[in-house]
Amino acid sequence: MITLEEAAESSFFSLLLKGSPHLLPNYQAVDLTHPAWKADVPEGTTVLALKYDAGAVVAGDRMAVEGFHVSDRRIEKVYAIDDSTVLAIAGAAGPCIELVKLFKTELEHYEKIEGVSLSLEGKANKLSQMIRANFPMAAQGLVAIPLFVGYEAGAGTGRIYKYDVTGGRYEEISYHAIGSGGRDAKNTLKKLYKDGLPKDDAVRYALEALFDASEEDLGTGGPDFFRGIFPTVKVLSAKGISDFPETQIRETYSAILQGKEIRA
Amino acid sequence: MTIPYYVSPERIMQDKAEYARKGIARGKSIIAMECQEGILLVGENPSRSLNKISEIYDRIAFAGAGKFSEYESLRKAGIKHADIKGYAYGRDDVTAKSLANAYSQIIGDIFSQAIKPLEVEIVLTQINDDQGDEIYRISFDGSLADDKGFTAIGGRSDEIKRFLGDRYQERMSLKEALKLSSDALKQVNNYEVGVDNLEVALLDRQRKNRRFRRVTCDEVRKLQKE
Repeated sequence: MITLEEAAESSFFSLLLKGSPHLLPNYQAVDLTHPAWKADVPEGTTVLALKYDAGAVVAGDRMAVEGFHVSDRRIEKVYAIDDSTVLAIAGAAGPCIELVKLFKTELEHYEKIEGVSLSLEGKANKLSQMIRANFPMAAQGLVAIPLFVGYEAGAGTGRIYKYDVTGGRYEEISYHAIGSGGRDAKNTLKKLYKDGLPKDDAVRYALEALFDASEEDLGTGGPDFFRGIFPTVKVLSAKGISDFPETQIRETYSAILQGKEIRA
Repeated sequence: MTIPYYVSPERIMQDKAEYARKGIARGKSIIAMECQEGILLVGENPSRSLNKISEIYDRIAFAGAGKFSEYESLRKAGIKHADIKGYAYGRDDVTAKSLANAYSQIIGDIFSQAIKPLEVEIVLTQINDDQGDEIYRISFDGSLADDKGFTAIGGRSDEIKRFLGDRYQERMSLKEALKLSSDALKQVNNYEVGVDNLEVALLDRQRKNRRFRRVTCDEVRKLQKE
């Protein structure tokens, strides 16, 4: 029937690599350095994560741009992967969305085959390997870089991992932001962040950081009251992952903007 | 040169079937039963970690009886088949029917070509929200059966099916289905299977996305007391 090596295999990614490589993204044969390609790949983003007293908050804007054009105003950049982890993506939209789908299947596959979930460390490590496999594409400009956030039940806290294109993995102890507006969002978080924040404050700071990024970066969308499009926020805690309600995000932005009006 | 003995194909198949049946008869039985809450799967299993019942995909569960190593690799093959299909197409395109057919092919081919047939019997179930549920049973020779309402596999499966045939009713509650399944196991075993030795799982209609969940010993005790 199956060999010992096959029986020990519980990775969906390896399964596809060996048996169905046509299902994995592969643009290596295409010369993506040609300037014509560059403008047609949706990118531009700000996604961020910060810890609060009972977990972590992950937020992202909704804009995707192709060069100087708006490609999508309501794209989703923050994804729940399983009951305790979230992936926020930055880079070229196509490979990013593929990475989310693949990683989600990978974790579910492992859990079903082995009967237990991977540890948080194990999940973060697996993600490293998948980003490393994407390196030939990243070298041609199709970068897909995630921010990986998980809730660790044993420690009762959230954990934030950032990555580089080579698959290098670094853990952040309090907050981090990536994408074209990541630096601006990080500056805001740097001023506001404190250890042991209550949840509502953490969400407010996340939204404020995204707003600042949207003011400085053309690739990041701000709150859009005209169309009713707002950044998305996911909250990780012992209870699992929940979407922070859109009505409250809208209210928070109204309050933030009012404050800015007074200052102006 | 030695002259090989002639054995008729009919005899070979009979011997293989007898061998497989003997192997399966040594295994414990498993029952799958539709109820209001979903599809209940119950089996006697003294081990907490070596499962006979498990999740294949969103709406599909698997149970195996007979030789553990053999149905375990069939289970893994099923998960691989389902995950690749769901990844390449959509999550709703993964169906128990197509998986059952694939299993039937694989097991049937091994039965007719390999020297040793698989000593396994497996059941695949799928819950559907709008139309009826599906229960498939695949035997050691690859024969595929589509059962209505309930089924049983393993050593005393025929007796269990007769027992359930007289008592099974549509739209039973989970509690009633669990009671009936335990009674059936008790009837054929001539002893009561303790809760700690019972493996129970449910394809739960209430859940979203991944419907499969294991029913813990505490929950089983609670259901039995009510």
